Amino acid sequence: MAGVARPEAIPPAAELVRRAISGKRIDVGARLFEGILLFSLLAALAILVTLLADVVGRGWVVYAERGTEFLTSGNSRDPAQAGVGQALFGSLALMVIVAIVSFPLGIGAAIYLEEYARDTPFTRFITVNIRNLAGVPAIVYGLLGLAVFVIALQDLTGPNSNGRSIISGGLTLAIVVLPIVIITASEALRAVPGTIREAALGVGATRWETIRSHVLPYAAPGILTGTILAMARAFGEAAPLIMVGGAASFVAAGDANLIDQLFGPYMAMPTLVYNWAGLPNQDFRALTAAGIMALLTTILLVNAIAIVLRNRYARRW
Amino acid sequence: MVRTMFLAAAGVSVVISALIILSLVGEAWNFISHVDPANLRTDGWFPRRDMFDIATIVAGTLAVAGVGLLVAIPLGLGAAIYLAEYASPRLRGTLKPILEMLAAVPSVVLGFFALVVISPTLVQPVCDVLTGGSPIFSMGAAGLAVGILITPLVASIAEDAMYAVPNSLREAAFGLGARKRATSLRIVIPAAVSGIMAAIIVGASRAIGETMIVAMAAGGTGGSLFQLNPCQPGQTMTAAITALATGSDRVRGADLAYPSLFFVGILLFAFTLVLNMISERFVRRVRLRY
Repeated sequence: MAGVARPEAIPPAAELVRRAISGKRIDVGARLFEGILLFSLLAALAILVTLLADVVGRGWVVYAERGTEFLTSGNSRDPAQAGVGQALFGSLALMVIVAIVSFPLGIGAAIYLEEYARDTPFTRFITVNIRNLAGVPAIVYGLLGLAVFVIALQDLTGPNSNGRSIISGGLTLAIVVLPIVIITASEALRAVPGTIREAALGVGATRWETIRSHVLPYAAPGILTGTILAMARAFGEAAPLIMVGGAASFVAAGDANLIDQLFGPYMAMPTLVYNWAGLPNQDFRALTAAGIMALLTTILLVNAIAIVLRNRYARRW
Repeated sequence: MVRTMFLAAAGVSVVISALIILSLVGEAWNFISHVDPANLRTDGWFPRRDMFDIATIVAGTLAVAGVGLLVAIPLGLGAAIYLAEYASPRLRGTLKPILEMLAAVPSVVLGFFALVVISPTLVQPVCDVLTGGSPIFSMGAAGLAVGILITPLVASIAEDAMYAVPNSLREAAFGLGARKRATSLRIVIPAAVSGIMAAIIVGASRAIGETMIVAMAAGGTGGSLFQLNPCQPGQTMTAAITALATGSDRVRGADLAYPSLFFVGILLFAFTLVLNMISERFVRRVRLRY
């Protein structure tokens, strides 16, 4: 008797469930749905590949003909002589200023918000304020830089260049990335468990000693990744620089010393790309692509380093 | 002592916000108080000819951001659902960096891409069929590139929201006999809908604030007539600001062109601020629920 199938005794609902669970037929709709989803990701990949292939296809010839000379020579009206040397210098100088200004301020603010501040209306106001600052379009920061650094503080930022100097550009970019640095550093600090702090406080460390010797070492990889990504963002940012005069088409190279250069007119990689892309002379198309190759190589390399660092030092508590 | 130093660092963000508002409001007020109200309703945006038709640049902004969202919402959400629900952890580890790399591409590069690839191979042929021709500079080309720019952003916020949906909900659905697709569409997405809304709103805010792509590929340097057709060139609020700033070496003078920059800036600031605050509210709702 046992083992004899009696299908007519199986209640309809249970039978439906049995069929649903053990059904072997291929569900076309489900496959199609999964395929469409995968397509959106593959489309993103295809766009990225097309973009890289197109840029390399256009720009390769410049490196093949001129080699590294393209990376060192200054800008020129003659496409056969124009290079990205001055723009690379400008961008590097900007990055140094961004790092000097935004790292201490950003990490300091994050330490205050995560380690010292109590949950008061003032703290909440600062946190909301920082989140909103991160969403402000870069061009608005450009207007801020134009009004404050270029015009109001002209005597300090560039007395001989109408305020349109590397100093103004660097300070503007530092303000653009400051909210990003604060937010990523805060997240890194928040990921360090409270027990680590309690262990330090329990043996009599002051709050600052706890932070310096216990919290910061564990949060360092996260903070580092965030700041590296913020730098990559600043390196590619053109909109605010255009507002504060970083789009000078020609900079007299001369033998100006470093200080004079910092207070003088300048160009940066992204603004040079913008300038070249707008020129009607078709010969500049290849140069634009070659400039983009240099810009993208730097940015993607820095991003890859940040991703590797993050994966390598990621710690699960 | 140390605490005070860190407090000062945190206070800098408040100072920056105050500076933004002060620097924008001063010149914007200068503009509003001197402009002839009749010049705010003209045929187009030509600031050097005292034609400050705000509707023109708002329409351009909406056209570009609209095209961008038409690209970014399906692509971004599709990618997010795949990553959160379908991809194995290993596949996820290889696919996610693609989006991160795409997110790292600077907007000047996408502007160039829009000009030399998207416009001639995609926008112009389509517009030839639909509306009988399109110039190389068009809001459609800029909009598509803006869509590419914000897709990774939309995908990552939406994926975070779906990832946060507790597994017990999925298991309950599976236990009732639902399949993967029904679980994704009827359980996970409704549970994560606040986060998905936030992703779309943040994407819209970024699209409205995007500058370089529009300045390079949408045309309308120097000014533009009222235009909503994506096949035609047009001008957005952001491009109006850069066009004025690059048009002449010094954006200063007796006329109202210079203060109009700041008026447009404050408008842009207000638009994005409102969108960001709405999205913040949506995100908070996700956090409260799970």
